[in-house]
Order: sequence, then C-alpha cells, then structure tokens
Amino acid sequence: MAFIPPKETYPGRVYSVSIGTGQKEITVGGENVLPFHSFEGAFSNRPLIAYEIHDVPPSDWPESVQKPYLDVCANPVSWAKYCQDILNAKAIALRLIGTHPDRENRSSEDAAKTVKEVIDSIDIPLIILGSNHTEKDSSVLIAAAEASKDRNCIIGKAQEANYKTIAAAAIANNHKLIAMSELDINLSKQLNILITQMGFDKEKIIIDPMCSALGYGLEYTYSVMERIRLAGLAQNDPTMQQPILGDVGMYVWKVKETIADEKDVPLWGNTEERGIAWEAVTAVSMLIAGAEILVMRHPKAIEAVEKMIDELM
Amino acid sequence: MALTGVEIFKLLPKTNCKKCGFPTCLAFAMKLAQRQASLDLCPDVSEEARQKLGEASAPPVRPITLGTGENAVKMGEETVLFRHDKRFVNPCVFALGIKDTLSSEEIEKKINEVRNSVIDRVGQKLKIDAIALLNDSGGPEKFENAAKILSEKAPEIPVILCTTNLSAAEVSTKLYSDRKPVLYGANAGNLEDMSGIAKNYKATLGIAASTGGLNELSELTEKVKKLGVEDIVIDPGARKAKEILEHNTLIRRAAIKKNFKPLGYPIITFAQREDNLLETLFAALGVAKYSSIIVLSSIERWKNLALFTLRQNIYTDPQVPMQVEQKIYKIGEPTEESPLLITTNFSLTYFIVSGEVENSKVASYLAVMDCEGLSVLTAWAAGKFTASKIAQFIKESGIEGSIKHRELIIPGYVAILSGSIEDKLEGWKVTVGPREANGIPAFMKSRMK
Ligand code: B12
Ligand code: SF4
Repeated sequence: MAFIPPKETYPGRVYSVSIGTGQKEITVGGENVLPFHSFEGAFSNRPLIAYEIHDVPPSDWPESVQKPYLDVCANPVSWAKYCQDILNAKAIALRLIGTHPDRENRSSEDAAKTVKEVIDSIDIPLIILGSNHTEKDSSVLIAAAEASKDRNCIIGKAQEANYKTIAAAAIANNHKLIAMSELDINLSKQLNILITQMGFDKEKIIIDPMCSALGYGLEYTYSVMERIRLAGLAQNDPTMQQPILGDVGMYVWKVKETIADEKDVPLWGNTEERGIAWEAVTAVSMLIAGAEILVMRHPKAIEAVEKMIDELM
Repeated sequence: MALTGVEIFKLLPKTNCKKCGFPTCLAFAMKLAQRQASLDLCPDVSEEARQKLGEASAPPVRPITLGTGENAVKMGEETVLFRHDKRFVNPCVFALGIKDTLSSEEIEKKINEVRNSVIDRVGQKLKIDAIALLNDSGGPEKFENAAKILSEKAPEIPVILCTTNLSAAEVSTKLYSDRKPVLYGANAGNLEDMSGIAKNYKATLGIAASTGGLNELSELTEKVKKLGVEDIVIDPGARKAKEILEHNTLIRRAAIKKNFKPLGYPIITFAQREDNLLETLFAALGVAKYSSIIVLSSIERWKNLALFTLRQNIYTDPQVPMQVEQKIYKIGEPTEESPLLITTNFSLTYFIVSGEVENSKVASYLAVMDCEGLSVLTAWAAGKFTASKIAQFIKESGIEGSIKHRELIIPGYVAILSGSIEDKLEGWKVTVGPREANGIPAFMKSRMK
C-alpha cells in the first residue's frame, strides 16, 4: 500500500500582527496551518518571547528567578536595558504590578512615567500589562497607552469587565490589544466580538485565553488554544484568527514546584533547574498548542525555548 | 477505512434476537461503529463476518504491551488527534537509554536510578517505565554482557534492546524471551533476520526508516507483517524537532483518519541531546505530539517531575477532571477535639491541601465535598461550593458524632461564605483559613497557642 501523506490545508489564516516600530518591528502570526506545520503550508513568522519586567522590584518572585536580575531590577529602565542589551531580548513585557491596590498602589501618573522611561530606553517592541485589577487597570492602561502613543505596543489585558475603556485607549494611541477571557473558547470569541463591535480592528487583537502552569490546569489552556486555532483555520472563523498570547511566567513562578527547596522535597530534585524546566516545558506546550507570543521570566528557560523554536521552524 | 454502521449491519445475522443486549441488529451495529460495543456480544455472527469486522474494528493504532507483570506498560490504541476530542488512551513510556559501553557498576547505578524514579503526584505513582539498552560499542560482546546484567539485576524493568547487530539481537532477545521486550533496530538491510528473532522470542519489533521516511517505513512494516510479526513499533528516522513533529503528525493522521494500517503502530522517539534542558523540551514535544516511547539520556529528578506532570496533564480525560471520593478524611489520628477543615474533591486541590495539613502535624478531619472535581474557586463560581450545599454536606456527613466542637475551617478564597454558612449550620462557628494551602501549617500552629 503506497503511503500518501495526509496533508491538510485550511481555509482560514491567522492574522499577521506587527508590533514595535522601525528596524526592530516584529511580525507574528500569518500562518495558515497548525503550529510549526510548515510541511503543509506557511508557518513563516517565528513565535515571539517577551522578557517580563516589573515597575517595582519583584519581591514576590521566587529566589531562583529573582537572582538573574538582582543587580538591575530596582529600576525598570536598567532592567529593560539589561534584557535588551545583555540577554538579547526580542521584546519586553512591562507589567505594572505596582499599581495593584494590594501592592504598592502606584498611581496612573507614576505608571505612565515608568512606561515613558522604559519605552524611551529601548528600541525593541514593548508589551504593557496592567496588574489584572479590572477597575484599576482601566485608568492605568489609559495613561500607559498615552505615554507610549504611536509606538505600536501591545496593551492589556482587556477583560469583559473593562474592555471598553482599554480598547478605546488602544485605538486612540495606535496600539494592539490583548483580550483576555477565562479558559473558555466561547467566552474568548464573545469578547473578541464585543471589542470589534466598538469599531476596534479585529486584526489588532491578541487573544489571551488565560494561561495555566504545568500541573495546575495546563491541560485546559492547551486544549483551549488548540480549539481556538482549529476554529480559526478549519472553520475559518474570523473572530478566532488572532495571534494567541501565553502569559507563562506569572502562572509558573508561583506554584510549589518552582519554589520548594530541595531540602524539603528531595524527591523533586534541584530547585533552580526544576523551576527553569517548569517554565520552559509550560512554554513549549503552549507553543505546540498555538501560542505565537509568550511572556516569560527566567533567561535560561527563554534561551532553551528559543533553541527549541529554532529546531521547530 | 472504518466501516459505517450500515456496512456493519449488512454483515450481522439480521435476526434481531436481542442476545447482544441491544433491541435490534442495527442498533448493535451503530454501537460497533462508534466502538462502544464489542462484537463478542453477538453469539451468532458468522466466521467470515467476524474476520471482516475484526479487521475493520481493530483500533487504528495497534495496542502493544511492553514488558510483563506489574511493570508492564500498554501503548497504542489511540483514536483521536486532539485531546479535546476524546481522552488520549495510553500515556507514553519514558525509557532511560543505557549505553553498553558502561561498566557493570555504572549499569547497576542506572538501574537504581530507574527504580528510584517513582514520584507520587495527585494520587498517581509516576515513574520511568523502561530501559533502552543502546549498542554504542558497535559489536555484540558488550551488548550481550549488558543485557545479561539487566536481565539478572532488573528482571522487572521492561526493556528496549536497540541494536542492528544480529548476534547481539539474538542473544539479548533470547534472554528476554516471553517477557515482551522491544527489539529495536530492524531496517531495510536486516529485516528478515530481525523478524525471525522477534518472532522466535515473541518480542515487539522496532523498525527504523533510513532516508526513505514514511514511505519506506510503510513498506517495511508491511513486509514484516508478511513475515509473521504483528507487534511493531516504528521510528520514522527523523531526529530534529521539526521533522519529528511532521512525521508523528502524518503517522497519527494516516492511522486515524485514513485507517492506514502500515503506520498504525506506536512511535518510538529518541530524544537524547547534549543540552539536558533542550532534551527535556524535546521529550515534551513527544509527549504532546504522539510519541509512545521516548528515550532519554538522563533522568534527573527535576526533569522527571516536569515530564511526568506534562504526561499526566496531556493524558487526563478532558471531560472528567481527576477527582477523589466525597467523605471526611482523617489526617493523622484525630480526636473529638481535632480541627475540621473543608475543601472540594478536585484531586489536585485535595492532595495539595491534605499534604499541607499533614505538614502542620496537627491531627485533623478534612471534609472533602463532591463538586464534580472542580477547584475551590471554580466550584464556587459554578455554584457547586455554596453555603447551603456545604451546610447540608456537613450535616449529612455524620461528623457531628465524631467531634465535640462545632467549628468549620473554610478556604480563604471563599471567606465571603462564612456568614451564610453560619446562618445555615446552626450552632456552628466558621473560621476563615489562609488563601493558599501553604499557609495552613503556620495557621494551624498559631491556633494551638
Ligand atoms: C483550571 C480552571 C478552570 C477549569 C476547571 C478546573 C477544575 N477542575 O476545577 C475550567 C476551565 C473547567 C474552569 C471553568 C470555570 N472557571 Co475557572 N479556573 C481555573 C483556574 C485557571 C485554575 C483552578 C485550579 O485548578 N486551581 C488549583 C487548585 C489547587 O486551587 P484551589 O482548589 O483553589 O485550592 C487552593 C486554595 O483554595 C487552597 N485551599 C483549597 N482548599 C482549602 C481548604 C482550606 C481549609 C484552606 C485553608 C485552603 C484551601 O489551597 C489550594 C492551593 O493553594 C482558575 C484561575 C487560577 N489560576 O487560579 C480559574 C478560576 C477559578 N475560574 C473562574 C471562573 C469564573 C470559572 C467559570 C465560572 C467561568 C468560565 N470560564 O466558564 C467556569 C465555572 C465552571 C463550570 N461552570 O463548570 C474564576 C473564579 C473567579 C472567582 N474569583 O470567583 C477563576 C479564579 C479565574 C479568574 N477569574 O481569574 N476553570
Ligand atoms: S445478538 Fe446478533 S443477531 Fe441477535 S440482535 Fe444482536 S446482533 Fe442481531
């Protein structure tokens, strides 16, 4: 029996989305096949990994992932420059966690100032993330979007409760927008529809179906991502054809497996290597499931995932 | 191609005698088509029909067992390409590659590493399942010697004997006769001899394509089948991530969507890499994308934990979260003064919380409530972990007979429920515990004072 490769072509295609400006502008998405399936179609744009930095020192990060940044993380500008110049980051994700009312409760003005300083000190694309406090994010992200006007950033996350103000700020200042819903393909689709109904260009949305860490619901994120991709490609659903973002580091570096000391859990092996592997394995799973943009923390995990992408492209 | 219900119906006796337990032959045929019934249920089916149906109803990926006894592992039997369609059936096998160039002490050390790889996670015992003996020496002596050591010192561990040397293959497979090893190393050049060895000793034959890729591989498996070997694992020959993804995807698709028998076998993937973290990621690709055996060069504990967890996640049933039984669990030896805590029956939640209560070294009762396997917040958001349901569960559980006090400790994330539980559970006091389970030991200690 002769073997005929059962290749599949799809009617749909993921929108190509560009971020950043000038020579360092980057395009993600654009494929008309499942992740890395270049044997049956076009998968030409490499997925992008952004280094996560914070507006305040990352005192809540476990020691193994704080360590690489100890000398630079007191100041978001030196942190961003370190990622760009020394670690060769291709993009930065600035999380304004210090604005959260339970944290430093920084004001929108302070946040805007940080955004301005960071964006003026780097030339790679910037992703600007709020603190995930739906109310506070509305005002913080408006100020942040203005402070980075016309620099073609990604801002977010817009959720069902606050998408109107954040989407309006993204339109006014020429940014791309993250639309985040909670692990449910229908909710994700619905949010994209709501946002486009405001007049927001559907090709400027980035889907965040909500990440979850290895061992802590990864299988849900994995399957939602696969289903979103299949809906976009096979069913040609225009509300599900946006690039997908995986906010990996934030979910990974709070689970016990990335924190617990080897002394307390000898069966789990070396703490640092375990944490790095946890982040890298979560990230690769998301890429295989359909993510085009990842936000990550540990330089060694990022380096390994980049090598894996090299091999997959 | 798989037969449709109507095609199957034509082959049945059409007497509607109901002996199969279905009202009509047609109803039974429909169930067969959906693989929800077994042909054995019909006592009157003709031999000819049985053969035809057997071929067509065989699972698209052949089921194969590696090893025997308690440590035997099943492979294959997969029916879908995406885990959201239906549960992936048989979790992939992790095998530690051991080179035959190692000394006997080194080999024994590796055996112990495999034995000590067991980790408990969410109630499941996870481990490195097998050893792959690699013929790095190139000749037969060292390989045969190493196979002897494995067979004597680790008779319980399933093996994959990887060699293209006929003498080494013969001697080592004979050692594992009737213990269901995989003999890996059949290729276009040695096919007949290797098939003979596999057949003699009832081994599964591992077939590798060289440059001809999947076409070559299909021809090889067909030839081997004609030579009388049915149990096969296949290696499409690629070693780069991009090609592995391509080959594994095309193999699984051909088997499942086209019922293409020559590739309907479990896939073996060699993930060894100099860069250990990259090897881990490479193995992760195999876990997600259809490999049935993944050979590793080392099995550090951090690496095992990450890979075991990924395998567990990918292979869980997408419809049914892993859950534990609803009941009042005793932790330590609680007395009538011991604290009572409550949580949901999502396995992950239960194991994290019970582990931390254990860490606190305070004997306790843990009330685990059936919330269809949802986590605390998810169950709360879904209306399954509500004040009235909690109150009813506590009353019906009979715990009031085992304790003197009337205090219930609830998870910090659902602090909002405390007032309404007190309203519904008369005479009870509700105490809000910490949000994260890792705060439980400190919380329990502070209560002791
Ligand atoms: C995976 C997930 C799902 C899965 C279900 C997984 C499952 N088996 O439960 C799915 C996709 C099905 C799902 C669905 C929904 N989800 Co959901 N989900 C999650 C997610 C990502 C992880 C949950 C998890 O597994 N946690 C791990 C377990 C171990 O946590 P846990 O049970 O809470 O236990 C911890 C603590 O509570 C504590 N603890 C537990 N018991 C006890 C007991 C005591 C005494 C003490 C002291 C402590 C303690 O210790 C544990 C570890 O620290 C969370 C977000 C997140 N990252 O947390 C959202 C989340 C729980 N989901 C949410 C929502 C809203 C929903 C939906 C209603 C919405 C939707 N998407 O449709 C549905 C509802 C379900 C339904 N109708 O069937 C919300 C809840 C919001 C809120 N604050 O109420 C969350 C928080 C997401 C968010 N907003 O950020 N979800
Ligand atoms: S037992 Fe066989 S013959 Fe009788 S109803 Fe069932 S399928 Fe038909």
